[in-house]
Amino acid sequence: MPEIKVTPLGAGQDVGRSCILVSIAGKNVMLDCGMHMGYNDDRRFPDFSYITQNGRLTDFLDCVIISHFHLDHCGALPYFSEMVGYDGPIYMTHPTKAICPILLEDYRKITVDKKGETNFFTSQMIKDCMKKVVAVHLHQTVQVDDELEIKAYYAGHVLGAAMFQIKVGSESAVYTGDYNMTPDRHLGAAWIDKCRPNLLITESTYATTIRDSKRCRERDFLKKVHETVERGGKVLIPVFALGRAQELCILLETFWERMNLKAPIYFSTGLTEKANHYYKLFITWTNQKIRKTFVQRNMFEFKHIKAFDRAFADNPGPMVVFATPGMLHAGQSLQIFRKWAGNEKNMVIMPGYCVQGTVGHKILSGQRKLEMEGRQILEVKMQVEYMSFSAHADAKGIMQLVRQAEPDNVLLVHGEAKKMEFLKQKIEQEFHVNCYMPANGETVTLLTHPNIPVGISLGLLKREMALGLLPDAKRPKLMHGTLIMKDNNFRLVSSEQALKELGLAEHQLRFTCRVHIHDTRKEQETVLRVYSHLKSVLKAHSVQHLPDGSVMVESILIQATAHSEDPGTKVLLVSWTYQDEELGSYLTSLLKKGLPQAPS
Amino acid sequence: MKLYSLSGHPTLPCNVLKFKSTTIMLDCGLDMTSTLNFLPLPLVQSPRLSNLPGWALKDGNTFLDKTELIDLSTVDVILISNYHCMMALPYITEHTGFTGTVYATEPTVQIGRLLMEELVNFIERVPKAQSASLWKNKEVQRLLPAPLKDAVEVSTWRRCYTMQEVNSALSKIQLVGYSQKIELFGAVQVTPLSSGYALGSSNWIIQSHYEKVSYVSGSSLLTTHPQPMDQTSLKNSDVLILTGLTQIPTANPDGMVGEFCSNLALTVRNGGNVLIPCYPSGVIYDLLECLYQYIDSAGLSNVPFYFISPVANSSLEFAQIFAEWLCHNKQTKVYLPEPPFPHAELIQTNKLKHYPSIHGDFSNEFKQPCVVFTGHPSLRFGDVVHFMELWGKSSLNTVIFTEPDFSYLDALAPYQPLAMKCIYCPIDTRLNFIQVSKLLKEVQPLHVVCPEQYTQPPPAQAHRMDLVIDCQPPAMSYRRAEVLALPFKRRYEKIEIMPELADSLVPLEIKPGISLATVSAVLHTKDNKHVLQSPPRPIQPPASKKRKRVSDDIPDCKLLKPLLSGSIPVDQFVQTLEKHGFSDVKVEDTAKGHIVLLQEAETLIQIEEDSTHIICDNDEMLRVRLRDLVLKFLQKF
Repeated sequence: MPEIKVTPLGAGQDVGRSCILVSIAGKNVMLDCGMHMGYNDDRRFPDFSYITQNGRLTDFLDCVIISHFHLDHCGALPYFSEMVGYDGPIYMTHPTKAICPILLEDYRKITVDKKGETNFFTSQMIKDCMKKVVAVHLHQTVQVDDELEIKAYYAGHVLGAAMFQIKVGSESAVYTGDYNMTPDRHLGAAWIDKCRPNLLITESTYATTIRDSKRCRERDFLKKVHETVERGGKVLIPVFALGRAQELCILLETFWERMNLKAPIYFSTGLTEKANHYYKLFITWTNQKIRKTFVQRNMFEFKHIKAFDRAFADNPGPMVVFATPGMLHAGQSLQIFRKWAGNEKNMVIMPGYCVQGTVGHKILSGQRKLEMEGRQILEVKMQVEYMSFSAHADAKGIMQLVRQAEPDNVLLVHGEAKKMEFLKQKIEQEFHVNCYMPANGETVTLLTHPNIPVGISLGLLKREMALGLLPDAKRPKLMHGTLIMKDNNFRLVSSEQALKELGLAEHQLRFTCRVHIHDTRKEQETVLRVYSHLKSVLKAHSVQHLPDGSVMVESILIQATAHSEDPGTKVLLVSWTYQDEELGSYLTSLLKKGLPQAPS
Repeated sequence: MKLYSLSGHPTLPCNVLKFKSTTIMLDCGLDMTSTLNFLPLPLVQSPRLSNLPGWALKDGNTFLDKTELIDLSTVDVILISNYHCMMALPYITEHTGFTGTVYATEPTVQIGRLLMEELVNFIERVPKAQSASLWKNKEVQRLLPAPLKDAVEVSTWRRCYTMQEVNSALSKIQLVGYSQKIELFGAVQVTPLSSGYALGSSNWIIQSHYEKVSYVSGSSLLTTHPQPMDQTSLKNSDVLILTGLTQIPTANPDGMVGEFCSNLALTVRNGGNVLIPCYPSGVIYDLLECLYQYIDSAGLSNVPFYFISPVANSSLEFAQIFAEWLCHNKQTKVYLPEPPFPHAELIQTNKLKHYPSIHGDFSNEFKQPCVVFTGHPSLRFGDVVHFMELWGKSSLNTVIFTEPDFSYLDALAPYQPLAMKCIYCPIDTRLNFIQVSKLLKEVQPLHVVCPEQYTQPPPAQAHRMDLVIDCQPPAMSYRRAEVLALPFKRRYEKIEIMPELADSLVPLEIKPGISLATVSAVLHTKDNKHVLQSPPRPIQPPASKKRKRVSDDIPDCKLLKPLLSGSIPVDQFVQTLEKHGFSDVKVEDTAKGHIVLLQEAETLIQIEEDSTHIICDNDEMLRVRLRDLVLKFLQKF
């Protein structure tokens, strides 16, 4: 039986280092190649030795697909391709291809230059890795080889995020990456057609959350920022350079303009301006409204938001600072946090999900005394707020996507086990499909039952279609044909054509049965009695009385002759071919029972 | 499979393909050469133009090249190959009862919208006090002076559409990406491919599982700004429909660009102005890029470049955001991230300025000598009319024609006598005949179909036998209002066999490498997809006390038995009979075969090369036994 096998190397009952192996009809595909923000040791990258112990990855994997540019989805890529060694194709969308190397370089700098780690990938490796990338369009069907094809769908989550359909013959799987089912201030909503995959692999970050309307959250956010600024406090918003940052910038920019606020808004790192450039150039990937108005006013040109300098952190007075990275695990956001944490007038707003082990996760779970490097204890007095601005689908959104795609099976990744359990039950109840949630390293095997495509001769098909215009559930019509199999080429033709093509003659098998009936009347009258009897019994069949004195039932011929010895007995000759076997056999037994008494 | 040709213009095609019960319109170009029959529409009433002898001022209207060859409301889909080939779309979607879907790429739609917007704007800003239409009457037209008298199909000339109609038409378009497979009613699959001619321009593959038609329209193998042409996907076509070749087969686009630059520089250095009548998108991007590289070396850094069009700004901005549709070099720039086209820098450094029209800011800021890009290339409407009037009298100035759609001599006619220099540098990057023959050798279609113009040399160069399509078998040609039956017959269709049914099949090797299996199955057809299922198991009638009705046992005559093949070796058959307890077997030879007699059972079996006839008494047991023995020797199909 053909099967689909799925093994998460990362993101199995976990968030971080997304990396999922899928084998489908003999093709092996790796979905995402991410790093884990919560670890600084070997565990930060997926365990690629699982894929193959000895032998090259390139020989084993047919392709690698990256869903979007977040590091937990692409952070291990240079390590994987250049240090472990993979030379096959890597697929991602154009914006991902453009932005991914920049984030990787950023990540490398923080790890190597600031933390001083060795044995990490180099800038050159990032460049070499990106040379192996093939950019794909939305909805383009990319033929990886003769059998394997992939197709990208819009996922909304960040600029260039995509869901991917992987298809071999009639078997297919869809991997969502991270997605968002509600349009936001700068991106549209994820969309997929009713592609009915055998398997849908979906993220489940917010498996149990049903979020209130976006408007309320935005109002809350603006209120909190406004209040803090009014009382002279400083607001720190840790973000990733691309994605949420742009949405929140648009939000604050319009709010500042409307309220005529003067407090400065800063955006840390040089990435910002570059990031905004990407948004301008890839504006076709943003939402309808921004695309429509970009000629008049480009939403990504901010008037109120200025570049941040390290020295500004010590400036007196209120300010709002967007700083990277988003989980407070390193870099500038962490530096600023340490400076401001002691003052209760200040506020830190975490606009997204934080992975376990990060400072962000710790303060969100209520920890107020943090152990920093060098055993220093940092007391957090500033207000800590969490606003779910991550562009992930919530439970409602996930259900909506399952409904849209109509998969046979669902597999959950990129979420916490407990929450997954809940969603799994919900999906199984509502859609009556199997739902899986493998842990890392655990393999799920699904049996598939693909149909087998063959070519049918148009003559045969048309003949059948002409017969069966109205399907009848009680009496399904059978079609009959011959399948010719020659060098992997399968053709279904009518039996006559098959015989002709192979140069074979038909062999006709005919039966003639003598049925003796007691009847003193003349033959013609016997025939008439047979005719009327059959006519009354066989209502659904064609029964004809032919001019030559015989009776035809469909193509079965019945003739009557006098018995050579006994004039009181007539012999009915029932003659049929093998193709009419059932009816012929039935007729003889029917006639053997005799004819009903003629009404005299 | 038929092809209906609705347009006689080879570069602005409009064909309808009927294929597997779908009706597909391929492009709907708008032939605007008829506007040359009208006088220019000036913004300011010009005493000279209105006093011209001849026919009075007429509506600057456009020409729709359609006939009643086919009911356009039956068209299921329209496939657009590039933005020049969609200009007639509002006429079709808004006025024919069309209810289908239009497919086009995003750049095609966006730039197509700009072209339509410009056209509507040009026409609407010079409202007519009165419009005449009676002259279209055949009787009246006959009395008009030439060339109006000789113009064909004047009755199909239409007024220009409105912006409302444009918006409504464009709302019927569904956006598609290159290599996206689009299913039409489950019967046909269409796929756009990059054609290399313009931003988002595409060729189309129209295929079913066993047939493939390629529609090649406006393709280019030159490296300009768009993504290169996808040739490999055109391979293995049964039919290749070839339209939109270069209109100037004798000119080399690279040479023309060089000539363009040097003439421009020469004029400006002598203190004259340069006028370039052009469309607001397309070659203008390449010209600006050339000038960007050229102006410093040619010492033109201080000469202002003006781009005047109601959509100038949009066109320049849109060009920058279609990174995915651009050639590799430009894509790489976007990854940096830098704008793919250098005109961004020209605008930033104030070397290139764009204005919606000559009114307003332009009239205050405009300095001479300068270079002006503006439309419309027919010189009949748009801001270009004003510049022709303004600069025509001075021999210092130059007008450079780069668009190949209109004859420049005809375009200039109403402005004569003209002192300004006229340079003709048509830049048409579409395929020339040498490239076509190379392409056809590469992709090897079984049949080529093309407009009749491509099967004979152009009238002006009748001796140039190299300016025709050269392929084997010779291309089939069509002309306007002709229906062409395409030369292939469909023989097979895809059908799927359910796995349970496939498992139950018993293949039999008949000849080396060829196996057969008889299939009896239930056919399900839904949305033009066919599936074969296992026949249902016969339902056991529930044991009930009710008296059985006679008709319950009547077998269904539709339960077909397989055909039989082979022959029966008499000796072996007799042996088998004896083995099965028939002791009194007697064999008689006949002319065609043998008769086997079972005397005791009064049964006779006639065996011939390809038939067997069992004649017996009504003894079902015996008959079935004999039947099964005979079947052992035969193969079933």
